[in-house]
Amino acid sequence: MSFLKGRTGLIILGIALLILPFMLGMAGTAWVRIMNFAVLYVLLALGLNIVVGYAGLLDLGYIAFFAVGAYVYALLASPHFGLHLPFWIILPIGAFVACIAGMVLGAPTLRLRGDYLAIVTLGFGEIVRIFMNNLSNPINITNGPKGVNLIDPFHIGPINFAKTDTIAGLDVSGPIKYYYFLLLVLIGVIIINRRLQDSRIGRAWVAIREDEMAAKAAGINTRNIKLLAFAMGASFGGISGGMFAAIQGFVSPESFILNESIMVLAMVVLGGMGNIWGVVAGAIVLAFVPEILRYTVEPAQMALFGHTLIEPEVLRMLIFGSALVLTMRFRPAGFWPETRHKRELVEAAEK
Amino acid sequence: MDIFLQQIINGLTTGSVYAVVALGYTMVYGIIQLINFAHGEVVMIGAMVAFTVITSLAGGTLPAPVILLAGVLAAVPTCMVIGYTLERAAYRPLRHAPRLAPLITAIGMSIILQHLALLVWGRNPMAFPQIMENPVILVGGAVITGVQIGIILLSFTMMAALTWFVYRTRFGIAIRATAENVRVAELMGVNANRVIAATFVIGAGLGAVAGVMFGTYYGIVHYTMGFTLGLKAFSAAVLGGIGNIAGAMVGGILLGLVEALATGYIGDLTNLCRWPGLGTSSMLAERCVDGGNFVVFGSNYQDVFAFLMLILVLVFRPSGLLGERVSERA
Repeated sequence: MSFLKGRTGLIILGIALLILPFMLGMAGTAWVRIMNFAVLYVLLALGLNIVVGYAGLLDLGYIAFFAVGAYVYALLASPHFGLHLPFWIILPIGAFVACIAGMVLGAPTLRLRGDYLAIVTLGFGEIVRIFMNNLSNPINITNGPKGVNLIDPFHIGPINFAKTDTIAGLDVSGPIKYYYFLLLVLIGVIIINRRLQDSRIGRAWVAIREDEMAAKAAGINTRNIKLLAFAMGASFGGISGGMFAAIQGFVSPESFILNESIMVLAMVVLGGMGNIWGVVAGAIVLAFVPEILRYTVEPAQMALFGHTLIEPEVLRMLIFGSALVLTMRFRPAGFWPETRHKRELVEAAEK
Repeated sequence: MDIFLQQIINGLTTGSVYAVVALGYTMVYGIIQLINFAHGEVVMIGAMVAFTVITSLAGGTLPAPVILLAGVLAAVPTCMVIGYTLERAAYRPLRHAPRLAPLITAIGMSIILQHLALLVWGRNPMAFPQIMENPVILVGGAVITGVQIGIILLSFTMMAALTWFVYRTRFGIAIRATAENVRVAELMGVNANRVIAATFVIGAGLGAVAGVMFGTYYGIVHYTMGFTLGLKAFSAAVLGGIGNIAGAMVGGILLGLVEALATGYIGDLTNLCRWPGLGTSSMLAERCVDGGNFVVFGSNYQDVFAFLMLILVLVFRPSGLLGERVSERA
């Protein structure tokens, strides 16, 4: 994205992002909401990018950390326990809890070969769901498969994120407020990511990814550095989860299935592991796939066969699965590759 | 009824199935150090194909064992073809790529297979036809069914056959040589590509039979069944020592037993009302009165034990029970 390098490009992009929700709002508030979820996915993908892209560790249960953050928010700000803490307290708590979960999970596995991490995280994603489904007995903590609802929206002083306010003649609906909030978080996360990438830690991650033995020989404490990547990715997931719970107003175990982890992974892989802009682009493109499918595939099938042969949901997963396989086969560094990663992945494949 | 003996029998049955599935993981891992995530889905497709064949034949005049055999004979080649295709189309092109690439491909293939099965067989769980007569035998206060005996016998026969094949035939020697060192094996005249493809095919064939056994035992098949089954079988393979064929068998059986016993006892063990002192304490008295229960973890946590085992093994003995040191192999 070279046009972003110039200052004019940046200003144009900034203005476009600022007026975007109002443009979308004209097409219907639903589209603003879809955009918000797209931004949430971008945040998730950027978090996973630290783990998979920078450190080269495959995390297949990433959505579990998202789930942890979402449930922390849901339980601390809903009538379920009668707690109504403000979001700026809960979001860090959610991030912290997710981070602890990540460290508990990562500590035993990260001193081993990377593959173990993949399978352990895969299992963890499933276990978290089992617990969410079953921790309603004997003490009702998660409310089981029914989930937790009536979750508080964000409040900043008098501003309620669930209501529409009129500011200077403009109707600012709830989703638009969340959009701006998400945008702020996104900018923050992108800055953190960029700073990390060029830092000592970021270089250590890349070194581990390229050759763990050599990194170790160079004096990097590989286990701790890997753990740091994993914990950091987990806490980003936790924060995103908290925001998800607030935006959605409702959480249930159904939202955190394996397919979601795969979707986020596909975003990172398709865009280009390790490259921030690639991941952002990949996430936005894939986040809109379900919507596009809903408006194209289903009507097309109805017109052609009179009934739905392939549900859009199934087609979506087939597309994501194929995206993973085909990207690895033909463009292993993704569509917007990071230079160093490209060198590693492409040249190794050509050898 | 003797709960302990009963859970041993149940655990032995599921454990045999885990062991057969685990063989598929461990053989592939032993040779190319790849976790074939799609293996669980291959097992699921085996069960599904057998389901279709058996259901369509069940109404006819054929005797039950013939129908079951037809199901297996349809499932095994189908899965073998899938196993071969997986290796040939998805994994072989990536054999020299950094190891993240084949892992991502594996999870992608797993998702594709799962959703293709969803397209073919639908979203709902289906009842696996129970055509075999299922006599019930009493053994010292516990019950063992004909199906259980059949599963255990068949599993042990297959494991014995595989052991013979790997340790006593020329091709088996080639497999072991390739697992030891691909390049040296090639120098000795082993066709490594053929060996690798063969391990996928053998693993898939065994998996297909395991899928049929699983369907017959639980009486239900579903397009997501491969996921949990695969996860457990992989845990079993790690428990026994990944890459080690005997280890997969031991690990599978052991995991089955642990899971069955844990599931059988966890409800009682975590029933706080039965704990001396606690049951009458003021906090729980209300719930525990008149034989009431306060079960913290019930048998609905069945699927958690395999995962706990996996974590424990990775913490305390990452090389598994029978495995050699693998942790630093890069």
